Amino acid sequence: MGITGQVTAMSYRYDVPGVDDIDVYEQHDGYEGLRAALTMEPTDIIQLVKDSGLRGRGGAGFPTGLKWSFVAQDTGKPVYIVCNADEGEPGTFKDRPLMEYDPHQLIEGMIVGGLALNSVQGYIYLRGEFAFAGRQLAKAIRQAYERGYLGADVMGSGKRFDLTLHRAAGAYICGEETALLDSLEGRRGQPRLRPPFPATHGLYGCPTTVNNVESIAAVPFLVRHGADWFRQWGTEKSPGPKLIGVSGNVVNPGNYEVALGTPIREIVDIAGGMAEGHELKFWCPGGSSTPLLPAAAIDTPYTFEDIAEQGSMLGTGAVMIYSDQVCVVDTVLRFTEFYEHESCGKCTPCREGGYWLSQILRRIETGSGREEDLTLLEDICGNILGRSFCALGDGMTSPITASLKHFHDEYVEHLRQGRCPFGTTAPRRDIPMLAVGSRDVGNAQVPTFEPAGQA
Amino acid sequence: MAEPNVRARKAGADGEGHPSGDDRFELIDKALKRARFSQDQLIEILHVAQDVFGYLSPDLLVYIGRALKLPPSRVYGVATFYHLFTFEEPGDHSCTICTGTACFVKGADDIVLALSREHSVAAGQTTADGRFTLTTARCLGSCGLAPVAVIDGEVRGHLDAEAAVAAVAANLAASANGDDGAATEPEPERIAEPAGVAGEGN
Repeated sequence: MGITGQVTAMSYRYDVPGVDDIDVYEQHDGYEGLRAALTMEPTDIIQLVKDSGLRGRGGAGFPTGLKWSFVAQDTGKPVYIVCNADEGEPGTFKDRPLMEYDPHQLIEGMIVGGLALNSVQGYIYLRGEFAFAGRQLAKAIRQAYERGYLGADVMGSGKRFDLTLHRAAGAYICGEETALLDSLEGRRGQPRLRPPFPATHGLYGCPTTVNNVESIAAVPFLVRHGADWFRQWGTEKSPGPKLIGVSGNVVNPGNYEVALGTPIREIVDIAGGMAEGHELKFWCPGGSSTPLLPAAAIDTPYTFEDIAEQGSMLGTGAVMIYSDQVCVVDTVLRFTEFYEHESCGKCTPCREGGYWLSQILRRIETGSGREEDLTLLEDICGNILGRSFCALGDGMTSPITASLKHFHDEYVEHLRQGRCPFGTTAPRRDIPMLAVGSRDVGNAQVPTFEPAGQA
Repeated sequence: MAEPNVRARKAGADGEGHPSGDDRFELIDKALKRARFSQDQLIEILHVAQDVFGYLSPDLLVYIGRALKLPPSRVYGVATFYHLFTFEEPGDHSCTICTGTACFVKGADDIVLALSREHSVAAGQTTADGRFTLTTARCLGSCGLAPVAVIDGEVRGHLDAEAAVAAVAANLAASANGDDGAATEPEPERIAEPAGVAGEGN
């Protein structure tokens, strides 16, 4: 096992003032990876990425080198490389800082990826809400064109690579790779049936690879330093550094870089430990769609395989820490409302199931739950899991099934007391509990808001 | 390219004027030309239209659909699918509160409640006088700053109910006093130049 703990590898330029400018970036080894990549054969670059063991940083952890080797090269159609920068998983904020502070790192990675895949056109699919990251990337792309890193003649090599920034318009489902491709084509972002996979029939029906920002940004480092450099961190199956976002009841929530294999306990310490007066109750390893884990699993090393052994997933690297003052039912209701809202509506289990799951959870949380609701929740989850069109439906069920597994007693307590033991009375859509009375404003009847019990 | 300042351009910069009588359509025509009337640029065109007009009216959707030779059903279907597009005129001022889990843990609900009560407006609505729109977001991806709100385009972190109410009140007061420069016309938080279009095929 390699080095663990907090590291500075991919984030080493974050603190350099003005590194978003191409001059400063060039002074800090900028585009050195591209220079090295231009001397290599495309297949050698892919082999290098394979050797490094880099696993996709977007959630599924599929080996990036392997994914690239699947991209069909013999179809006579153009090959596209697409960067998935639609970072929308609740709790996740690891790609946004990279794009805001060090946007050239991503652009360099895209060009190297383009060389490896014999692609002449790349796309960055950026989440629409990321206005600042969008401006930073647009500026960086413009500068890269001016300096000849992008365009018809990449660094005088005679090879072409163009890069297009696509600003999305707010839809979580577009993080799913086939939905993302539909959205890039100017349509509603709804997932496509697979097979055929994007590696053969992707964007405009051409061979396409879709990779996460962090995966792509890692490639120039691999080219510069080699696979062994990358493997000095982490474990055999999960090598390398990982950007994570720690949030919740910790002293210093924020963006950190750790080596894979670091125990969660240490990650909490890196973020300053638990906030005063708070005790760890449960945590999510990588965003809301990864099953939550109880405090007992705190010594799990942060690797793909160890987290999977605990019954969860590493996901996007959004470590969310919840204390004993947080109601698990309320938290799960939040997640479920999110998935209900973000379901694209293409398939029935996800569209209808999400609605019913959040209705039932809301009923339990507000004190009108019935005993049979718990088995009903499990039943609905069972009917969504594996039966929905894409992973959004599966992601919807995981917080519910995990919380029922680890915190069944808390659900029962909600039912027994007929209210939330934590006393949260949050205003929520669909429930009229706050509208008491109304008052005239002009001609419109506007409800006055008085929380129950305070009037 | 400077950000198109919405209503200031209405008078028309070149004196020619758009046949519709509303010169803001010229900005949309420009974006359409830049996209070479390509149908897969629909989302980008919708972005531009919303930047220019503030919201997407049925007229605008029909106009864009005709220009791109797309049926209204397709334009409407795409526009309504994505959350960033809005079909009602927003208020002069806005506050979007993140209700994601990290912000929820840190008390975002109190902020929503306080602003709702202060302005007698439910989340997702605009006050009757059209001065203030209150919205919530699922997650702004700034969980380290929780609780977070975007007040008139500016991201504010570590808020509490009082601070949020005060910040909104300050912005409302600033524009009520005739200081309606920056406050009433917040620079739309958008990317100035769709960088990719420049890079395509030339």
